Amino acid sequence: MAEPGAEPPTPPPASPGCGPIRVSGVRHGADGRLLLCIDRLEIASGGVSVILGPNGAGKSLLLRILHGMIRPDEGRVSFGEGPPCRQGMVFQNPVLLRRSTAANISYALRVQGCPRHRRRLRLRELLELGGLAGQARQPARTLSGGERQRLAMLRALAAEPEVLFLDEPTSSLDPAAAQALERLIRRVAGGGTKVVMVTHDLGLASRLGEEVIFLHRGRVREQSAAAAFFAAPRSTEARAFLALNQVRR
Amino acid sequence: MHDYADIFARSFGLILTGDPGLWSVVLLSLRVSLSAVAISALLGMPLGALLAMARFPGRQPLIVLINALMGIPPVVVGLIAYLLLSRSGPLGVLGLLYTPAAMIIAQTVLVLPIVAALTRQQIEQLHAEYGEQLRSFGVRGLRAVPTLLWEGRHGLTTTLLAGFGRAIAEVGAVIIVGGNINHVTRVMTTAIALETSRGNLALALALGAILILIAVGVNAVVTMLSLSAGRGTRG
Amino acid sequence: MSAGGAERGTGRESIRRALTWIAALLLSLLAGALLFVAGITGGGVPAPEQARFVILQSTTSTRNSGLLDAILPVFEAETGIEVRVVAVGTGQALRNARNGDGDVLMVHSRADEEAFVAEGWGVARHDLMYNDFVIVGPEQDPAGIAGMGDAVAALARIAARGARFVSRGDDSGTHKAELRLWAEAGVDVAAASGGWYLETGAGMGAALNMALGLDAYTLSDRASWASFANRGRHRVLVEGDERLFNQYGVILVNPARHPHVRAEEGQRFIDWLLGPRGQGLIAAFRVNGQQLFFPNAR
Repeated sequence: MAEPGAEPPTPPPASPGCGPIRVSGVRHGADGRLLLCIDRLEIASGGVSVILGPNGAGKSLLLRILHGMIRPDEGRVSFGEGPPCRQGMVFQNPVLLRRSTAANISYALRVQGCPRHRRRLRLRELLELGGLAGQARQPARTLSGGERQRLAMLRALAAEPEVLFLDEPTSSLDPAAAQALERLIRRVAGGGTKVVMVTHDLGLASRLGEEVIFLHRGRVREQSAAAAFFAAPRSTEARAFLALNQVRR
Repeated sequence: MHDYADIFARSFGLILTGDPGLWSVVLLSLRVSLSAVAISALLGMPLGALLAMARFPGRQPLIVLINALMGIPPVVVGLIAYLLLSRSGPLGVLGLLYTPAAMIIAQTVLVLPIVAALTRQQIEQLHAEYGEQLRSFGVRGLRAVPTLLWEGRHGLTTTLLAGFGRAIAEVGAVIIVGGNINHVTRVMTTAIALETSRGNLALALALGAILILIAVGVNAVVTMLSLSAGRGTRG
Repeated sequence: MSAGGAERGTGRESIRRALTWIAALLLSLLAGALLFVAGITGGGVPAPEQARFVILQSTTSTRNSGLLDAILPVFEAETGIEVRVVAVGTGQALRNARNGDGDVLMVHSRADEEAFVAEGWGVARHDLMYNDFVIVGPEQDPAGIAGMGDAVAALARIAARGARFVSRGDDSGTHKAELRLWAEAGVDVAAASGGWYLETGAGMGAALNMALGLDAYTLSDRASWASFANRGRHRVLVEGDERLFNQYGVILVNPARHPHVRAEEGQRFIDWLLGPRGQGLIAAFRVNGQQLFFPNAR
């Protein structure tokens, strides 16, 4: 049985033409509290952008608004000029269907309009990409934590997304599983798919991230190149956040 | 007071000898109740899913009504069905009274609320669990219903079995609209009522034992089917 | 090789899913077919041979005693007309027939039957057969009525002692006969209802089962009692009073009121019952060697 990612098959190609993600004038609240307030934010196409911030900063909410799962009270999100980008998202606690691993991927292929004659080939590609070929027939809900997370990734990749949103992909994974997932993310990003990722794992963020968006209390405090951010954060909140998390590590 | 050994001997005797009268009663019971469950599934599952997923005025009162109808006494359903199907009733021209079709209608009225109410509750729970994930796949609103029904197949199978249990066990409705006519509308429960009223308590109990066996058999078959269909795809 | 495994896996799975769907489809087809059959036998679109039947609204006593099981197959064999029996109390049988839900009535409450015909619901009423009512009670006989020849006096004694009495309470022929006897005895049973006088609102069999369980008295037609299997320590205590006479009548429901009534088949059945063949079979019917119905058609 193939070790996850031992022999890299071709990652899904991303079609060019999906422009930068532009957020303008977004306000979103609940129960009279303003949870997110972003006047302007532009996330460049290509590469990995990491959204960092303490709990309650609005990271997951921002991700959902970017993905179009939640319509903000005010403002809009746009993806360049052309038609809407193909997108995929992996939730923090992905819900796997009560079917086999392969059937979970087939389902995603089917509902996202993958033509029937291509599905079998795509399924095989995806299973190999995620190192799950040996578990194809296994009920998805009996997979290990790392396998489940990879399966959720593969499902999100079924539509050959131009943008992939990941919400804390490695939380609750052991180091080995987290590493396997990190390799997978790297390969997907290397194939040209834009990755926008929320994480608490600063190691992962610094290894994969090209840019960091730092959120605090629903506002963007800082947006800078990852190297610059980790070397010398500009805002006091970011400095405090890094100090706290580095001490904790 | 009664000789239970005699009762068991009788029920096994009835089964082993393949008494043709008994078999026709058993088959009619199954035919009527399975048909009622099938119709209830075809109508009740979409209805339950609609109640779970759609928002429209009057939805909440409708949910309360259907939940309440789960407990409607069979004899009341039988009476209403009789008034509708009687030659003097609005549907009298169909000539359905005292036929198996009338019994299927009455039992459908009994089973449909169970299927609709429990389907709604399960689909609502499943939607809370799956909704966001499915929307991410672009599967929204009522388009998610087939997926949710399939994901809830084990719970829904149990729901149908509960409906079947109510149908096969009730006597109040079928005795009124069926008339307990020998070879035409006599089912297990009305046969049991008849033998009880004849004072043949041992025979009535033997029939009751057979009814329990049928219920166990149907449950076992359905469970085995759903296990083999779900093997490798459960989780 | 792992790819091959995956492919085989998904192939098997799709086969399995297809099989599940096929099974579901077959089940629904089966259900549909059953419904279709139900519709046919139900009379929606009856096949010609099966159309030959009449619905007989009868009392429970004629069915529970086994009389109908004994004579109907003979009629069906001779004429090819099936008789479908709906056995309920006389009151309910009359109401069902009034609604048009039956072709022939066989009941035992003469005054009601005559009213039924007088109001135009029935064509004509004919005496069919008779037997008698009996007062049944526990062997210990707490009211001491055993052997009395006067049924009205016996009931008065039961009331005076406050001994438990189970009444049908269901508007049946037996119930109506019982109420006539109480009225004659000058006992207001409505006042005693729930005390020593217990109204079950159920058929004869249920009332007998209840009388047994409560060591109570009850009024039964002789046929129901004689063919009742669960008699325990109960005995016939009072019989033979001419006021216990129990006449059965037979009526064709009026096709002028209900055009769908199978008048031809129904009349043929009535003629057969009243003729020598039917009357002879009624006289020949025995339970444990005892004759339960006495034909008296004129």
